[in-house]
Amino acid sequence: MSLKKVHDKQPDNFEFNKKNSEEIDIILKRYPKKNKKSAVMPLLYLAQKQNNNWIPLAAMKHIANLLSMPYISVYEIATFYSMYNLAPVGKHFIQVCTTTPCLLRGADKIVKLCKEKISPKENEISKKGDCSWVEVECLGACVSAPMIQINDDYYEDLDEKNTSEILESLINEKPLKPGSYRGRKNTSPEKKFFTNGEKHA
Amino acid sequence: MPKITINGKEIDFEKGMTVLQACELADVEIPRFCYHEKLSIAGNCRMCLVEMEKSAKPIASCAMPAAEGMNIKTNTQMVEKARKGVMEFLLANHPLDCPVCDQGGECDLQDQSLYYGVDKSRFVENKRQVKEKYMGPLIKTQMTRCIHCTRCVRFATEVAGVPEIGAIGRGENMEITTYLEKSMESELSANVIDLCPVGALTSKPYAFEARPWELKKTESIDVMDSVGSNIRVDTYNWEVKRILPRLNNEINEEWISDKTRYSCDGLLKQRLDVPYIKKNNKLYKSSWDEALELISKKFQEINPDEIAGHIGDMVGLENALAFKKLFNFIGSKNLEFREKKFYLNSDEKMNYIFNSSIQGIEESDLILLIGTNPRHEATMLNARIRKTYVRKKVPIYSIGDPGELTYDYQIIGKKTDDILKIIKKENDFSKKLLSSKKPIIIIGESALELKSGEYIFEEIKKFLKQNNFITKDWNALNVLVQNASTVGLADLKIFPNEKSDYTFFDKLNGGKFKFLYLLGSDNLEIKKTNEFVIYQGSHGDRGAEIADLILPSAAYTEQNSLYENLEGRVQECRKASYPIGESKEDWKIFNSIIKKLDQNNKNFKFELLREEVKEKIQNFTEINELPEKTLANIKDIKCEFISEKILIKPLDYYYSNSISRASKTMSECRQINQTVRKTG
Repeated sequence: MSLKKVHDKQPDNFEFNKKNSEEIDIILKRYPKKNKKSAVMPLLYLAQKQNNNWIPLAAMKHIANLLSMPYISVYEIATFYSMYNLAPVGKHFIQVCTTTPCLLRGADKIVKLCKEKISPKENEISKKGDCSWVEVECLGACVSAPMIQINDDYYEDLDEKNTSEILESLINEKPLKPGSYRGRKNTSPEKKFFTNGEKHA
Repeated sequence: MPKITINGKEIDFEKGMTVLQACELADVEIPRFCYHEKLSIAGNCRMCLVEMEKSAKPIASCAMPAAEGMNIKTNTQMVEKARKGVMEFLLANHPLDCPVCDQGGECDLQDQSLYYGVDKSRFVENKRQVKEKYMGPLIKTQMTRCIHCTRCVRFATEVAGVPEIGAIGRGENMEITTYLEKSMESELSANVIDLCPVGALTSKPYAFEARPWELKKTESIDVMDSVGSNIRVDTYNWEVKRILPRLNNEINEEWISDKTRYSCDGLLKQRLDVPYIKKNNKLYKSSWDEALELISKKFQEINPDEIAGHIGDMVGLENALAFKKLFNFIGSKNLEFREKKFYLNSDEKMNYIFNSSIQGIEESDLILLIGTNPRHEATMLNARIRKTYVRKKVPIYSIGDPGELTYDYQIIGKKTDDILKIIKKENDFSKKLLSSKKPIIIIGESALELKSGEYIFEEIKKFLKQNNFITKDWNALNVLVQNASTVGLADLKIFPNEKSDYTFFDKLNGGKFKFLYLLGSDNLEIKKTNEFVIYQGSHGDRGAEIADLILPSAAYTEQNSLYENLEGRVQECRKASYPIGESKEDWKIFNSIIKKLDQNNKNFKFELLREEVKEKIQNFTEINELPEKTLANIKDIKCEFISEKILIKPLDYYYSNSISRASKTMSECRQINQTVRKTG
């Protein structure tokens, strides 16, 4: 993953909406007053959620002032973690896991499909529909490899055919259901709808 | 004291030391990149690995606290192998551009790779390439060379107090940058160049100018402000190429301000090289003979009472004394060195120096600034206040609004009435002040300039004396003067009379002078009418503009001289280069004038002048040492209190004297600073 760049077009200002402001009050209560800068990560996440899944510079400044931190410190944190987006992403934001287990099970084919259907480059918004994709490291669902994350949901046990269907459905704004695409319940073994634990319980 | 064994030798160490510091006590040198004495510990370069008994892995000595009974080995094969490994990783992405790198010859990485480097690289992949970053007009960046020691980041946050540098991204893609690549808004920014152990941050004005081994190094002191930072002047032939800080824990530690460092290019520009004489409102090149002839004619024509002399901000003590002797010779007493009317009681040395001393700031438990902006007036002193603030969270208060000072402070008033309240113990602050043990009151020139400056100063002094804040151990009374020459010249009593009042200014503004001799004086406000003005100095600046006769003299890097800093510490400024063109050292010029006036007069000898200066300095102890401490004499001065607003006069930091005004680098800094202020 290369260094994240901030977007060229930045909004002039940023304010948390009422709901998030209340949320912030709750978050700040978790930390002692003198250590309130500990709240920087949840606040950045809130800002990202509020602003169509990306964090503008104005939001970083706002958070820095809110927590009495230098701007550069917030900026460092936002650039360090890969799950903070610093440039606009699609309404359907697709994260393709390409770490070893997924790659062994064919994640490269999913990447190829993304390149074909969405955009030839990562972090580019598709011409048709409102999608963008990015390669990420392990999302912790190796048991259902290969898998992708679309916004907050996991789509698992994929192959070329159903990935292509899922991507089409996103472009046409009729997203398919998340979960396993080989009919597994959660992470249970295939064709048996219970796990070892359940059987012996 | 606890004991530690280093390479089989047992030594005592102080509690709280790290293994690396203990090794230094044992005279064992540990290679390092990220560790720096004056900065916090990062422990990220791993170069300082040593072997510790009972530890399977080598330990980073800079981050490991030393403990009783540790057995450290630094010369084993394991250590060498570990360090070689670290070095190989550091060099994996470091470009092999030493021949074109400005750090070459004084590069930590270059030096250490001599001992720990491997001659061949096993790294066959592409080296990483990082874009250059903009960091302002002083710092040139070549970020591919960066080894991520984060010294610059720690310096900006901890010492400079402007957290603007940071490391963005992570792992292979980590990059050091200022926030959105803006220039660093600090008067100490260029110190990151010295801190950088590689050639990632180098000096922009000095880029490709010279190699360190070609330069002649002269240990000297700085005269840009009254702190008297210790510097090293590097010259190539006669040209001053750069100025670097010299370690002095009592004054500037390891840092110097940007003005000290980069005004040196002003030493090459706007220089006066031959005498000039004004004829028909135009200055013409002339010769020394002609100039001396004219001076002696004027001296003989004009009544001594109408002859006045003013000494400027960067004049050394020997030259000032020779100037005073010249005036004694012609029988005039109209001498002054202040650039504006501010109250200065020259009865006692205590009245115009920083009595608590710069190092003493670290011991204080309360700081009150009265009408001063130490950030611009004495940058290194401000850095010391910040250091104390960071370490002990010492409460800092201000009367008057000085603006951003790199630390938090509380404004407790903006009028002279607020000072009165403190003295009368009427407000909360006076309780805090009285309950503190080692307070520091810093009175700036802006406060002394007020109409009630005398009242403020004398009352505060009385108040401090009465409350036992002026004792042999601790003196809370501090005056922050702005010019390098002020304290020394006050000691030499460069005043028209004993009282050090404003006679000179009254006469000057009243047009009583017919002959004005400006010795390096550029900041004096003069409405020129019919006076005959001589300007003697190094630069064609404000003083030369109004002069009828210009005598070229040497700048501070071109003559030996003593200076007294704001603490009253006498320091020696040494000759690093030669006076340009036909210019001469100031005291030699006075010699030739006196010779011209009276053939039989003996010449001044520099050594004798220096001896006399040392005798004249009050409470003088030794060169480089603080003056003797005295107890305050309280004089009942009947002066009136006037209720006034305390306005801290903004100092044009990058343009405060003739050398910095001639410097291209300084004007660039000033321009950027002004646009930042406008646009935010």
